[in-house]
Amino acid sequence: MESEVKPEELLFAESHEWIHVNDVDGEKIGTIGISAHAVEALSDVVYMELPEVGARVAREESFGEVESVKATSDLFSPVDGEVVEVNTGLPDNLEVLNSDPYGAGWIIKVKLTDDQGLAKLLDHGAYESQCS
Amino acid sequence: MSTASTALQLTPLSQWHSQHGARMVDFAGWSMPLQYQSVIQEHHQTRQSVGLFDVSHMGRFFFYGDDVGQWIDGLMTRRIAGVDSGKIRYSLVTNQNGMILDDVLVYHLTSDGPFEPSSADGKDFYMVVVNASNREKLADWFQSAIPAGSDIRLVDRTTETAMIAVQGPQANTIVGGISSINPDALPYYGGKVAKVADHWAIVSRTGYTGEDGCELIVDAQVAKELWEKLMGPAEAVGGGASGLAARDTLRLEAGMPLYGHELSEQINAASTGLGFAINHKGRNFCGDAAIKKMCEQQTEPVRVGLELAGRRPAREGCPVLVDGQKIGALTSGTLSPTLGKTIAMAYLRQEFAAVGTPVEVDIRGKFQAAKVVKLPFYQRPKKE
Repeated sequence: MESEVKPEELLFAESHEWIHVNDVDGEKIGTIGISAHAVEALSDVVYMELPEVGARVAREESFGEVESVKATSDLFSPVDGEVVEVNTGLPDNLEVLNSDPYGAGWIIKVKLTDDQGLAKLLDHGAYESQCS
Repeated sequence: MSTASTALQLTPLSQWHSQHGARMVDFAGWSMPLQYQSVIQEHHQTRQSVGLFDVSHMGRFFFYGDDVGQWIDGLMTRRIAGVDSGKIRYSLVTNQNGMILDDVLVYHLTSDGPFEPSSADGKDFYMVVVNASNREKLADWFQSAIPAGSDIRLVDRTTETAMIAVQGPQANTIVGGISSINPDALPYYGGKVAKVADHWAIVSRTGYTGEDGCELIVDAQVAKELWEKLMGPAEAVGGGASGLAARDTLRLEAGMPLYGHELSEQINAASTGLGFAINHKGRNFCGDAAIKKMCEQQTEPVRVGLELAGRRPAREGCPVLVDGQKIGALTSGTLSPTLGKTIAMAYLRQEFAAVGTPVEVDIRGKFQAAKVVKLPFYQRPKKE
């Protein structure tokens, strides 16, 4: 189901995370991942440090880390909220970041406590032009 | 992502790298290829077949004069005086306090071509390959150590030459295929002035990957031609260009120190575990007394290898602890592509440096179990 989301339906942070917000039983649930461009730039991702369910995340603050052979990079949350689901299988299956960054490569799901930050995010076209 | 800026120095191969998709980075003021595609793939191709590395940023000093061997011996932790022509020595250069100014290769060669333009063929000369980041410092250091009235001359030929490392089990066959000598015929850490694709070159059986192979020093003008002549046969056997990122993971697996990480002016040569490169017997060199004293005191931290649990790489600067007490810090760390394990080098207090000692590594607030292991992490299989 997640694989059917197209990049055009996502919002992007300048720091290369994406978010897709759904209404679930009246709550706004944001699925968060990192862009194909980020995956390519990182190359050779070998490890991810992910938060626990229940952890609070804050806009533009680190919620985890992605490690390539060469370097450590922070993962920044595009929104304020609480982690409701973590893709715990991802660290053992990192190649899906390459093969399906906008689907099976999702990282966390967050219950938004404030959706004001969404307005500051980029649509796919604006994000692509930032990266080009 | 950074791209080459005009302020950075270019090697004769920089354009080739950019044209072949390399991610270029500033390395000690040079625009160098970090990686072409995948670091892990460039690492594996070097272990399994052959990797070509542009290492032209390394400084290349040529020394001429009658007493170079005797003179430079006084500046090296390793014996150089009396070493036969054709041999290469890994050495540290230390100051009066035994602190490390650089780690270098000292070549003693006999001219057979244009690498000694000012005297007749058949004359000996010396070459010292230094780290790019230390080139100016070392040029000044050597220059100021030349005694007044001596005929010793230092010529920095870094920019007029190029240096290509060809590393891996297929390396010598590939170089031998276009050269007047097969590097296999050289002893390990041996070198010779020879012809590669009809161009004069210094061919040495040296490297920084833990693999067999060789390094070529050639005139800058022919570097691209030679690189391309090697690339075809390399790709035919599953090899190819490898960047500095793979060079770093390869040298780390091989337990080799990197200046700025395991070696620096804050570290005494006695701490490095590089005993093979320090020779006090019947000779004096700059810093010898301080190094000897430090060896006897046994109070300085020592360099060790660590293997960590889990797959999370630990990086330079991460504290190392025993019972919650800091006993040292990491100088390099990565996930080893060959071993599939998280490895690191660190300086630890001597009482915790024994192989097998369990420690913890503080990775940004999370504690990862680790243990001291023997260096190197990886040793290439012996040839039949």
